Amino acid sequence: MTIQKNTSKLKRGLAQMLKGGVIMDVTNAEQALIAEKAGAVAVMALERVPADIRREGGVARMSDPAMIREIMAAVTIPVMAKVRIGHFAEAQILEALEIDYIDESEVLTPADEEFHINKSDFKAPFVCGARNLGEALRRIGEGAAMIRTKGEAGTGNVVEAVRHMRAMNLEIAAFGKMNQRELKMWAKRERVNIELVEETKALVRLPVVNFAAGGIATPADAALMMQLGCDGIFVGSGIFKSANPESRARAIVEATMYYKNPEVLERISRGLGKAMDGLEIAGLEQKMAERGW
Amino acid sequence: MRIGILDIQGSVEEHKKKLFQLGVKPIMVKSAEDFERLDGLIIPGGESTTIGLLLETGGLKKALVKAVRCGMAVWGTCAGAILLSKFGLIDIEIERNAYGRQIDSFETEIAFLGKTIPAVFIRAPKIRSAGKPVEILSEYGDSKTAVRQGKILATSFHPEMTDDRTVHRYFLKMC
Repeated sequence: MTIQKNTSKLKRGLAQMLKGGVIMDVTNAEQALIAEKAGAVAVMALERVPADIRREGGVARMSDPAMIREIMAAVTIPVMAKVRIGHFAEAQILEALEIDYIDESEVLTPADEEFHINKSDFKAPFVCGARNLGEALRRIGEGAAMIRTKGEAGTGNVVEAVRHMRAMNLEIAAFGKMNQRELKMWAKRERVNIELVEETKALVRLPVVNFAAGGIATPADAALMMQLGCDGIFVGSGIFKSANPESRARAIVEATMYYKNPEVLERISRGLGKAMDGLEIAGLEQKMAERGW
Repeated sequence: MRIGILDIQGSVEEHKKKLFQLGVKPIMVKSAEDFERLDGLIIPGGESTTIGLLLETGGLKKALVKAVRCGMAVWGTCAGAILLSKFGLIDIEIERNAYGRQIDSFETEIAFLGKTIPAVFIRAPKIRSAGKPVEILSEYGDSKTAVRQGKILATSFHPEMTDDRTVHRYFLKMC
């Protein structure tokens, strides 16, 4: 019997197993263990959380493989890590590391202003950010096996993630009313393969798992994004920039499961201490979501 | 027939779709009361640490174990199989992530009760050994991939991820 590895089904399949869960940004093995103990379905290993990247400025790059290895050794859940947009050499390094998922991320400084990584070339699966349906389908066309809203990372402000999720929902709903000619025009304008457009129309959702990311800081934020139709939640700075990471992490995990139950949400939202400091979008010098296209 | 799917995290929708195709409208199980009067329950694939932890909330685990002891059929796929073993409901030794990391995940074909079916293994566990009361339904390489003890079924692979309905049909007959 033949064995097939790294197929599209397997790449998308791992994301399917993460649905309904929370993926947390961690910067060392200790934080990774806290995340795992709180019920995270996966961790994102990175040297600086987005809030610090935003504050400190400078070029943000792929993290030190030694640090990623430590985290991979510490936990049994899948480990993801970020590469710069278009930086396929960073992706090759993460693949050599046997990372479980690669995030081609706008949170890091882009390396290529024309080309995203050709993700189909890789054995490792990729997740990419998107602000709207066209962006999501372009990334899937390049081989992304999972999508997340871009939101606005490191702000603790959920408004951009909401905007991006609502945009995708509206555009998918609009497909329902379009005829074949209109779908073809949409595909051409958005530089997306027509088969992907037709598949999305038939499924009435993205053909891959779609998580919320960028600005989620509270259990209520997680519940909001789940009610808007996201498949799961990424929390970046929201956990380890808060007063009580352990209890906040646990509360966001429970909120993602009980997102439809306000009584449970009320109970788990109590006494979590100070959330991360938030930022107004209008006052930002750099909007990370505008990186990539 | 009342069949539930444990709706905490993981491949819930995939199992739901399979059951719909077989003419069963599943009950989404999210609270202890949802276990009442179920003929069978599927624990989907996902992250066993997460599902195990959230089962401790709202009296879910207690209700699950009680329902199984009272004769409810239960099927755990991948993470679900790990949990059935962890809760002492099935007499198997199972090792988490036994094939390696995601890069070692694979698709192949296996024999299930003599019938060849497609099988998807994602960061899959290995059922290393099984006790006397456990019936072996399928083996692959050095490990068992589907085992049954009375009304309890465990598979290390994901039948909800392929177009084949053999294992879902088999489980419905157990209920």
